[in-house]
Amino acid sequence: MVFKIVLGIGLTLVIIAGIALPMVPNPSSFFELPVVPGLEDKARIIFFHVPTAWVCVIAFIASLIYGIQYLRTKEILYDIKSVTAASLGFLFCILATVTGAIWSKFTWGAFWNWDPRQTSIFVLLLIYGAYFALRSSIEVEEKRASLSAVYSIIAGLTVPFFIFIIPRIVSSLHPDPIINPQGKIHMNPTMFLIFLASLTGFTAVYLWMFNLRIRFSKIQYQQQMKEQE
Amino acid sequence: MNKIFNINSALTIFIKDFRSELRTRYALNALIMFVITTLAIILFAVANETPSIEISAGILWIVIFFSAMSGMARTFVSEEERGTVMTLHLIAKPSTIFFGKLLFNLILLFLMNIFTVVLYIILIPSFIVQNASIFILTVVLGTIGLSAASTIIAAIIAKSNTKGTLYPVLSFPILLPLLMIVIKSTKSALEGVEFAKAMGDFQVMIAYFVVITAVSYLLFDYVWKD
Repeated sequence: MVFKIVLGIGLTLVIIAGIALPMVPNPSSFFELPVVPGLEDKARIIFFHVPTAWVCVIAFIASLIYGIQYLRTKEILYDIKSVTAASLGFLFCILATVTGAIWSKFTWGAFWNWDPRQTSIFVLLLIYGAYFALRSSIEVEEKRASLSAVYSIIAGLTVPFFIFIIPRIVSSLHPDPIINPQGKIHMNPTMFLIFLASLTGFTAVYLWMFNLRIRFSKIQYQQQMKEQE
Repeated sequence: MNKIFNINSALTIFIKDFRSELRTRYALNALIMFVITTLAIILFAVANETPSIEISAGILWIVIFFSAMSGMARTFVSEEERGTVMTLHLIAKPSTIFFGKLLFNLILLFLMNIFTVVLYIILIPSFIVQNASIFILTVVLGTIGLSAASTIIAAIIAKSNTKGTLYPVLSFPILLPLLMIVIKSTKSALEGVEFAKAMGDFQVMIAYFVVITAVSYLLFDYVWKD
Protein backbone atom coordinates (compact mmCIF):
# COMPACT_ATOMS: atom_id res chain seq x y z
CA MET A 1 0.00 0.00 0.00
CA VAL A 2 2.78 2.41 1.02
CA PHE A 3 4.60 1.53 -2.19
CA LYS A 4 1.61 2.52 -4.32
CA ILE A 5 1.15 5.86 -2.56
CA VAL A 6 4.86 6.71 -2.79
CA LEU A 7 4.91 5.73 -6.45
CA GLY A 8 1.76 7.77 -7.18
CA ILE A 9 3.10 10.91 -5.50
CA GLY A 10 6.55 10.44 -7.03
CA LEU A 11 5.33 10.10 -10.60
CA THR A 12 2.91 13.03 -10.16
CA LEU A 13 5.84 15.19 -9.04
CA VAL A 14 7.90 14.00 -12.00
CA ILE A 15 5.12 14.88 -14.43
CA ILE A 16 4.56 18.33 -12.88
CA ALA A 17 8.27 19.09 -12.70
CA GLY A 18 8.95 17.76 -16.17
CA ILE A 19 6.23 19.85 -17.77
CA ALA A 20 6.05 22.96 -15.61
CA LEU A 21 9.57 23.93 -14.52
CA PRO A 22 10.69 26.96 -16.54
CA MET A 23 13.59 26.71 -18.95
CA VAL A 24 16.03 29.64 -18.67
CA PRO A 25 19.39 30.26 -20.41
CA ASN A 26 21.41 30.36 -17.15
CA PRO A 27 19.69 28.36 -14.42
CA SER A 28 20.52 29.89 -11.01
CA SER A 29 18.06 28.30 -8.61
CA PHE A 30 17.23 24.62 -8.22
CA PHE A 31 13.79 25.07 -9.82
CA GLU A 32 15.02 26.10 -13.23
CA LEU A 33 16.07 23.94 -16.15
CA PRO A 34 18.73 24.93 -18.70
CA VAL A 35 17.76 25.63 -22.31
CA VAL A 36 18.92 22.86 -24.63
CA PRO A 37 20.16 24.59 -27.80
CA GLY A 38 18.09 23.61 -30.82
CA LEU A 39 15.44 21.79 -28.85
CA GLU A 40 14.10 24.30 -26.26
CA ASP A 41 10.82 23.00 -24.78
CA LYS A 42 10.94 19.94 -26.98
CA ALA A 43 13.77 18.65 -24.78
CA ARG A 44 11.20 17.90 -22.06
CA ILE A 45 10.38 14.63 -23.82
CA ILE A 46 13.48 13.11 -22.22
CA PHE A 47 11.52 12.75 -18.95
CA PHE A 48 8.84 10.56 -20.56
CA HIS A 49 10.16 9.07 -23.77
CA VAL A 50 13.51 7.74 -22.56
CA PRO A 51 12.01 5.86 -19.56
CA THR A 52 9.46 4.10 -21.80
CA ALA A 53 12.22 3.02 -24.18
CA TRP A 54 14.30 1.92 -21.19
CA VAL A 55 11.45 -0.21 -19.78
CA CYS A 56 10.88 -1.66 -23.25
CA VAL A 57 14.48 -2.90 -23.38
CA ILE A 58 14.45 -4.11 -19.75
CA ALA A 59 11.26 -6.10 -20.44
CA PHE A 60 12.79 -7.60 -23.57
CA ILE A 61 15.86 -8.75 -21.64
CA ALA A 62 13.67 -10.06 -18.80
CA SER A 63 11.59 -12.04 -21.28
CA LEU A 64 14.78 -13.48 -22.78
CA ILE A 65 16.15 -14.51 -19.38
CA TYR A 66 12.86 -16.13 -18.34
CA GLY A 67 12.86 -17.93 -21.69
CA ILE A 68 16.31 -19.36 -20.97
CA GLN A 69 15.15 -20.31 -17.47
CA TYR A 70 12.18 -22.14 -19.00
CA LEU A 71 14.42 -24.13 -21.33
CA ARG A 72 16.64 -25.09 -18.38
CA THR A 73 13.92 -26.10 -15.95
CA LYS A 74 10.79 -26.78 -18.06
CA GLU A 75 8.82 -24.97 -15.35
CA ILE A 76 5.67 -23.47 -16.92
CA LEU A 77 5.78 -20.54 -14.47
CA TYR A 78 8.86 -19.20 -16.29
CA ASP A 79 6.97 -19.27 -19.56
CA ILE A 80 4.14 -17.28 -17.97
CA LYS A 81 6.72 -14.76 -16.72
CA SER A 82 8.42 -14.61 -20.10
CA VAL A 83 5.22 -13.89 -22.01
CA THR A 84 4.06 -11.36 -19.41
CA ALA A 85 7.35 -9.46 -19.64
CA ALA A 86 7.10 -9.56 -23.44
CA SER A 87 3.55 -8.24 -23.53
CA LEU A 88 4.36 -5.37 -21.16
CA GLY A 89 7.52 -4.67 -23.16
CA PHE A 90 5.42 -4.50 -26.31
CA LEU A 91 3.11 -1.94 -24.67
CA PHE A 92 6.04 0.26 -23.62
CA CYS A 93 7.65 -0.22 -27.01
CA ILE A 94 4.52 1.17 -28.69
CA LEU A 95 4.49 4.10 -26.23
CA ALA A 96 8.16 4.87 -26.96
CA THR A 97 7.57 4.65 -30.71
CA VAL A 98 4.53 6.92 -30.63
CA THR A 99 6.06 9.56 -28.34
CA GLY A 100 9.24 9.45 -30.41
CA ALA A 101 7.33 9.84 -33.66
CA ILE A 102 5.34 12.84 -32.39
CA TRP A 103 8.55 14.47 -31.14
CA SER A 104 10.23 13.72 -34.47
CA LYS A 105 7.38 15.43 -36.35
CA PHE A 106 8.02 18.68 -34.49
CA THR A 107 11.81 18.49 -34.45
CA TRP A 108 12.81 16.79 -37.70
CA GLY A 109 9.65 17.58 -39.67
CA ALA A 110 8.39 14.04 -40.29
CA PHE A 111 6.82 11.35 -38.14
CA TRP A 112 9.15 8.74 -39.53
CA ASN A 113 12.48 9.16 -41.32
CA TRP A 114 14.40 5.92 -40.59
CA ASP A 115 16.78 7.44 -38.13
CA PRO A 116 18.92 4.63 -36.61
CA ARG A 117 16.96 4.87 -33.36
CA GLN A 118 13.71 4.56 -35.24
CA THR A 119 15.07 1.61 -37.18
CA SER A 120 16.11 -0.18 -34.01
CA ILE A 121 12.78 0.35 -32.25
CA PHE A 122 11.04 -0.80 -35.43
CA VAL A 123 13.07 -4.03 -35.30
CA LEU A 124 12.13 -4.48 -31.65
CA LEU A 125 8.44 -4.05 -32.55
CA LEU A 126 8.84 -6.59 -35.37
CA ILE A 127 10.46 -9.11 -33.04
CA TYR A 128 7.69 -8.70 -30.46
CA GLY A 129 5.08 -8.99 -33.22
CA ALA A 130 6.64 -12.15 -34.62
CA TYR A 131 6.95 -13.60 -31.10
CA PHE A 132 3.22 -13.20 -30.44
CA ALA A 133 2.33 -14.47 -33.93
CA LEU A 134 4.39 -17.58 -33.21
CA ARG A 135 2.78 -18.11 -29.82
CA SER A 136 -0.74 -17.83 -31.15
CA SER A 137 -0.11 -20.48 -33.79
CA ILE A 138 0.99 -23.29 -31.45
CA GLU A 139 -1.60 -25.08 -29.35
CA VAL A 140 0.44 -27.46 -27.20
CA GLU A 141 1.52 -25.57 -24.11
CA GLU A 142 5.03 -27.02 -23.63
CA LYS A 143 5.81 -26.77 -27.33
CA ARG A 144 4.64 -23.16 -27.41
CA ALA A 145 6.76 -22.31 -24.40
CA SER A 146 9.98 -23.86 -25.66
CA LEU A 147 9.64 -22.68 -29.28
CA SER A 148 8.90 -19.10 -28.30
CA ALA A 149 11.84 -19.16 -25.86
CA VAL A 150 14.12 -20.40 -28.64
CA TYR A 151 12.82 -17.73 -31.00
CA SER A 152 13.34 -14.93 -28.51
CA ILE A 153 16.92 -16.08 -27.87
CA ILE A 154 17.76 -16.11 -31.58
CA ALA A 155 16.06 -12.76 -32.09
CA GLY A 156 17.84 -11.32 -29.06
CA LEU A 157 21.20 -12.36 -30.46
CA THR A 158 20.67 -10.57 -33.76
CA VAL A 159 19.99 -7.27 -31.99
CA PRO A 160 23.68 -6.52 -31.22
CA PHE A 161 24.44 -6.70 -34.95
CA PHE A 162 22.48 -3.52 -35.48
CA ILE A 163 24.92 -1.69 -33.26
CA PHE A 164 27.68 -2.51 -35.75
CA ILE A 165 25.66 -2.33 -38.94
CA ILE A 166 23.48 0.74 -38.61
CA PRO A 167 26.32 3.27 -38.09
CA ARG A 168 27.95 1.92 -41.25
CA ILE A 169 24.84 2.83 -43.23
CA VAL A 170 23.35 6.04 -41.79
CA SER A 171 24.26 8.67 -39.23
CA SER A 172 21.91 9.59 -36.41
CA LEU A 173 20.12 12.83 -35.60
CA HIS A 174 18.95 11.49 -32.25
CA PRO A 175 19.68 14.08 -29.56
CA ASP A 176 21.77 12.05 -27.15
CA PRO A 177 24.85 12.94 -29.19
CA ILE A 178 23.65 16.55 -29.00
CA ILE A 179 22.67 16.80 -25.31
CA ASN A 180 25.43 14.47 -24.25
CA PRO A 181 28.31 14.54 -26.75
CA GLN A 182 31.08 12.95 -24.67
CA GLY A 183 28.94 9.97 -23.72
CA LYS A 184 29.30 10.94 -20.06
CA ILE A 185 26.41 12.14 -17.93
CA HIS A 186 26.81 15.87 -17.35
CA MET A 187 23.21 16.98 -17.38
CA ASN A 188 22.05 19.87 -15.27
CA PRO A 189 21.53 18.48 -11.71
CA THR A 190 17.80 19.30 -11.58
CA MET A 191 17.22 17.80 -14.98
CA PHE A 192 19.22 14.72 -14.01
CA LEU A 193 17.25 14.33 -10.77
CA ILE A 194 13.88 14.49 -12.57
CA PHE A 195 15.18 12.13 -15.23
CA LEU A 196 16.36 9.58 -12.66
CA ALA A 197 13.12 9.88 -10.69
CA SER A 198 11.17 9.29 -13.88
CA LEU A 199 13.32 6.30 -14.80
CA THR A 200 12.81 4.75 -11.36
CA GLY A 201 9.11 5.56 -11.43
CA PHE A 202 8.52 3.98 -14.82
CA THR A 203 10.54 0.90 -13.86
CA ALA A 204 8.48 0.59 -10.65
CA VAL A 205 5.24 0.88 -12.65
CA TYR A 206 6.51 -1.87 -14.92
CA LEU A 207 7.40 -4.12 -11.98
CA TRP A 208 4.02 -3.47 -10.38
CA MET A 209 2.14 -4.29 -13.60
CA PHE A 210 4.32 -7.36 -14.03
CA ASN A 211 3.53 -8.54 -10.51
CA LEU A 212 -0.23 -8.06 -10.99
CA ARG A 213 -0.23 -9.85 -14.33
CA ILE A 214 1.76 -12.78 -12.92
CA ARG A 215 -0.64 -13.21 -10.01
CA PHE A 216 -3.59 -13.08 -12.39
CA SER A 217 -2.02 -15.55 -14.83
CA LYS A 218 -1.17 -17.98 -12.02
CA ILE A 219 -4.80 -18.02 -10.84
CA GLN A 220 -5.97 -18.44 -14.42
CA TYR A 221 -3.57 -21.32 -14.95
CA GLN A 222 -4.65 -23.08 -11.74
CA GLN A 223 -8.28 -22.66 -12.78
CA GLN A 224 -7.52 -24.25 -16.13
CA MET A 225 -5.80 -27.18 -14.45
CA LYS A 226 -8.82 -27.72 -12.18
CA GLU A 227 -11.21 -27.66 -15.10
CA GLN A 228 -9.14 -30.25 -16.91
CA GLU A 229 -9.32 -32.55 -13.91
CA MET B 1 29.47 -38.70 -27.09
CA ASN B 2 32.43 -36.41 -27.46
CA LYS B 3 31.75 -35.75 -31.07
CA ILE B 4 29.72 -32.65 -31.80
CA PHE B 5 27.99 -34.40 -34.65
CA ASN B 6 28.55 -37.23 -37.03
CA ILE B 7 29.64 -35.94 -40.43
CA ASN B 8 28.76 -39.16 -42.22
CA SER B 9 25.21 -39.22 -40.85
CA ALA B 10 24.78 -35.54 -41.70
CA LEU B 11 25.91 -36.29 -45.25
CA THR B 12 23.48 -39.21 -45.41
CA ILE B 13 20.62 -36.93 -44.44
CA PHE B 14 21.76 -34.42 -47.03
CA ILE B 15 21.89 -37.13 -49.74
CA LYS B 16 18.45 -38.39 -48.71
CA ASP B 17 16.98 -34.89 -49.07
CA PHE B 18 18.83 -34.35 -52.32
CA ARG B 19 17.50 -37.59 -53.80
CA SER B 20 13.93 -36.93 -52.75
CA GLU B 21 14.27 -33.43 -54.20
CA LEU B 22 15.52 -34.81 -57.52
CA ARG B 23 12.62 -37.24 -57.57
CA THR B 24 9.85 -34.73 -56.88
CA ARG B 25 11.60 -31.48 -57.93
CA TYR B 26 9.10 -29.69 -55.74
CA ALA B 27 11.35 -26.92 -54.44
CA LEU B 28 13.49 -26.58 -57.55
CA ASN B 29 10.62 -26.15 -60.01
CA ALA B 30 8.67 -23.88 -57.73
CA LEU B 31 11.73 -21.75 -57.04
CA ILE B 32 12.70 -21.31 -60.67
CA MET B 33 9.16 -20.28 -61.55
CA PHE B 34 9.02 -17.98 -58.53
CA VAL B 35 12.22 -16.19 -59.55
CA ILE B 36 11.10 -15.84 -63.17
CA THR B 37 7.67 -14.49 -62.19
CA THR B 38 9.12 -11.99 -59.74
CA LEU B 39 11.68 -10.75 -62.24
CA ALA B 40 8.98 -10.44 -64.91
CA ILE B 41 6.86 -8.30 -62.57
CA ILE B 42 9.86 -6.11 -61.83
CA LEU B 43 10.62 -5.70 -65.52
CA PHE B 44 7.00 -4.72 -66.23
CA ALA B 45 7.02 -2.26 -63.36
CA VAL B 46 10.34 -0.71 -64.28
CA ALA B 47 9.42 -0.63 -68.01
CA ASN B 48 11.75 1.86 -69.69
CA GLU B 49 13.05 3.52 -66.56
CA THR B 50 16.63 2.99 -65.42
CA PRO B 51 16.58 2.11 -61.71
CA SER B 52 19.30 3.73 -59.62
CA ILE B 53 22.09 1.70 -58.01
CA GLU B 54 20.37 1.74 -54.61
CA ILE B 55 17.08 0.48 -56.01
CA SER B 56 18.52 -2.26 -58.20
CA ALA B 57 20.71 -3.56 -55.33
CA GLY B 58 17.66 -3.59 -53.06
CA ILE B 59 15.41 -5.35 -55.58
CA LEU B 60 17.94 -8.15 -56.11
CA TRP B 61 17.92 -9.00 -52.42
CA ILE B 62 14.13 -8.67 -52.17
CA VAL B 63 13.86 -11.32 -54.90
CA ILE B 64 16.41 -13.54 -53.14
CA PHE B 65 14.76 -13.10 -49.71
CA PHE B 66 11.26 -13.99 -50.86
CA SER B 67 12.34 -16.90 -53.04
CA ALA B 68 14.35 -18.27 -50.12
CA MET B 69 11.25 -17.87 -47.97
CA SER B 70 9.14 -19.88 -50.38
CA GLY B 71 11.78 -22.53 -50.98
CA MET B 72 13.15 -23.18 -47.49
CA ALA B 73 9.77 -23.29 -45.75
CA ARG B 74 9.33 -26.97 -46.50
CA THR B 75 12.65 -28.14 -45.03
CA PHE B 76 11.10 -29.61 -41.91
CA VAL B 77 7.42 -29.33 -42.80
CA SER B 78 7.85 -32.09 -45.39
CA GLU B 79 9.16 -34.44 -42.70
CA GLU B 80 6.13 -33.69 -40.52
CA GLU B 81 3.73 -34.22 -43.42
CA ARG B 82 5.24 -37.48 -44.56
CA GLY B 83 5.39 -38.72 -40.98
CA THR B 84 9.12 -39.39 -41.09
CA VAL B 85 9.96 -37.32 -38.00
CA MET B 86 9.96 -40.33 -35.68
CA THR B 87 12.32 -42.27 -37.94
CA LEU B 88 14.71 -39.35 -38.00
CA HIS B 89 14.50 -39.17 -34.21
CA LEU B 90 15.56 -42.81 -34.04
CA ILE B 91 18.42 -42.78 -36.51
CA ALA B 92 20.30 -39.59 -35.72
CA LYS B 93 21.19 -37.03 -33.10
CA PRO B 94 19.40 -33.67 -33.39
CA SER B 95 22.60 -31.79 -34.24
CA THR B 96 23.37 -34.23 -37.05
CA ILE B 97 19.92 -33.67 -38.52
CA PHE B 98 20.34 -29.94 -38.23
CA PHE B 99 23.64 -29.91 -40.09
CA GLY B 100 22.32 -32.27 -42.77
CA LYS B 101 19.38 -29.97 -43.38
CA LEU B 102 21.60 -26.90 -43.27
CA LEU B 103 23.84 -28.39 -45.96
CA PHE B 104 20.85 -29.17 -48.14
CA ASN B 105 19.42 -25.67 -47.76
CA LEU B 106 22.81 -24.19 -48.48
CA ILE B 107 23.20 -26.08 -51.77
CA LEU B 108 19.61 -25.36 -52.80
CA LEU B 109 19.93 -21.67 -52.02
CA PHE B 110 23.28 -21.52 -53.81
CA LEU B 111 21.85 -22.97 -57.01
CA MET B 112 18.87 -20.66 -56.76
CA ASN B 113 20.99 -17.56 -56.15
CA ILE B 114 23.33 -18.28 -59.04
CA PHE B 115 20.27 -18.61 -61.27
CA THR B 116 18.70 -15.41 -59.89
CA VAL B 117 21.87 -13.34 -60.12
CA VAL B 118 22.71 -14.43 -63.69
CA LEU B 119 19.14 -13.76 -64.82
CA TYR B 120 19.13 -10.42 -63.03
CA ILE B 121 22.37 -9.27 -64.64
CA ILE B 122 21.09 -10.27 -68.09
CA LEU B 123 17.64 -8.73 -67.70
CA ILE B 124 18.43 -5.47 -65.91
CA PRO B 125 20.88 -3.54 -68.09
CA SER B 126 21.60 -0.87 -65.48
CA PHE B 127 22.85 -3.51 -63.03
CA ILE B 128 26.55 -3.38 -63.89
CA VAL B 129 28.96 -4.88 -61.39
CA GLN B 130 32.08 -2.74 -61.16
CA ASN B 131 33.93 -4.78 -58.56
CA ALA B 132 33.27 -8.45 -59.25
CA SER B 133 35.17 -9.83 -56.25
CA ILE B 134 33.08 -7.83 -53.76
CA PHE B 135 29.89 -8.88 -55.53
CA ILE B 136 30.73 -12.60 -55.63
CA LEU B 137 31.84 -12.65 -52.01
CA THR B 138 28.67 -10.79 -50.98
CA VAL B 139 26.44 -13.29 -52.75
CA VAL B 140 28.35 -16.25 -51.30
CA LEU B 141 28.40 -14.96 -47.71
CA GLY B 142 24.83 -13.67 -47.99
CA THR B 143 23.66 -17.10 -49.15
CA ILE B 144 25.46 -18.84 -46.29
CA GLY B 145 23.97 -16.50 -43.69
CA LEU B 146 20.50 -16.69 -45.22
CA SER B 147 20.49 -20.49 -45.21
CA ALA B 148 21.71 -20.68 -41.59
CA ALA B 149 18.96 -18.42 -40.30
CA SER B 150 16.25 -19.91 -42.47
CA THR B 151 17.05 -23.49 -41.39
CA ILE B 152 16.42 -22.90 -37.68
CA ILE B 153 13.28 -20.83 -38.36
CA ALA B 154 12.04 -23.59 -40.68
CA ALA B 155 12.46 -26.04 -37.79
CA ILE B 156 10.43 -23.74 -35.52
CA ILE B 157 7.53 -23.22 -37.92
CA ALA B 158 7.26 -26.94 -38.72
CA LYS B 159 5.65 -27.37 -35.28
CA SER B 160 3.14 -24.52 -35.66
CA ASN B 161 -0.28 -24.41 -37.29
CA THR B 162 0.14 -21.61 -39.81
CA LYS B 163 3.32 -22.72 -41.48
CA GLY B 164 3.69 -20.83 -44.74
CA THR B 165 2.47 -17.43 -43.60
CA LEU B 166 4.46 -17.40 -40.40
CA TYR B 167 7.78 -18.14 -42.08
CA PRO B 168 8.62 -14.73 -43.56
CA VAL B 169 7.15 -13.02 -40.48
CA LEU B 170 9.51 -14.87 -38.15
CA SER B 171 12.50 -14.72 -40.47
CA PHE B 172 12.43 -11.04 -41.31
CA PRO B 173 13.57 -9.59 -37.95
CA ILE B 174 16.30 -12.25 -37.75
CA LEU B 175 17.47 -11.65 -41.31
CA LEU B 176 17.21 -7.87 -41.27
CA PRO B 177 20.82 -7.19 -40.14
CA LEU B 178 22.12 -9.53 -42.83
CA LEU B 179 19.89 -8.02 -45.52
CA MET B 180 20.94 -4.49 -44.58
CA ILE B 181 24.62 -5.33 -44.83
CA VAL B 182 24.40 -7.35 -48.08
CA ILE B 183 22.38 -4.59 -49.76
CA LYS B 184 25.01 -2.07 -48.66
CA SER B 185 27.84 -4.22 -49.90
CA THR B 186 26.07 -4.95 -53.23
CA LYS B 187 25.75 -1.21 -53.61
CA SER B 188 29.49 -0.76 -53.09
CA ALA B 189 30.16 -3.52 -55.65
CA LEU B 190 28.05 -1.59 -58.17
CA GLU B 191 29.80 1.66 -57.35
CA GLY B 192 33.19 0.01 -57.78
CA VAL B 193 34.55 0.64 -54.29
CA GLU B 194 38.00 -0.76 -53.44
CA PHE B 195 38.01 -4.24 -51.96
CA ALA B 196 39.71 -3.19 -48.72
CA LYS B 197 36.86 -0.80 -47.88
CA ALA B 198 34.30 -3.60 -48.00
CA MET B 199 36.23 -5.85 -45.59
CA GLY B 200 34.22 -4.66 -42.57
CA ASP B 201 30.97 -5.71 -44.22
CA PHE B 202 32.31 -9.20 -44.86
CA GLN B 203 33.43 -9.51 -41.25
CA VAL B 204 29.88 -8.70 -40.12
CA MET B 205 28.46 -11.31 -42.51
CA ILE B 206 30.86 -14.00 -41.29
CA ALA B 207 30.15 -13.10 -37.66
CA TYR B 208 26.43 -13.30 -38.37
CA PHE B 209 26.75 -16.79 -39.85
CA VAL B 210 28.91 -18.03 -36.97
CA VAL B 211 26.57 -16.63 -34.29
CA ILE B 212 23.39 -17.94 -35.89
CA THR B 213 24.85 -21.40 -36.56
CA ALA B 214 26.26 -21.73 -33.04
CA VAL B 215 22.97 -20.68 -31.46
CA SER B 216 20.96 -22.93 -33.76
CA TYR B 217 23.22 -25.85 -32.88
CA LEU B 218 22.73 -25.21 -29.16
CA LEU B 219 18.98 -24.68 -29.33
CA PHE B 220 17.98 -27.19 -31.99
CA ASP B 221 17.44 -29.93 -29.36
CA TYR B 222 14.63 -27.93 -27.77
CA VAL B 223 12.94 -27.38 -31.10
CA TRP B 224 13.32 -30.88 -32.42
CA LYS B 225 12.42 -33.02 -29.39
CA ASP B 226 8.76 -33.25 -28.44
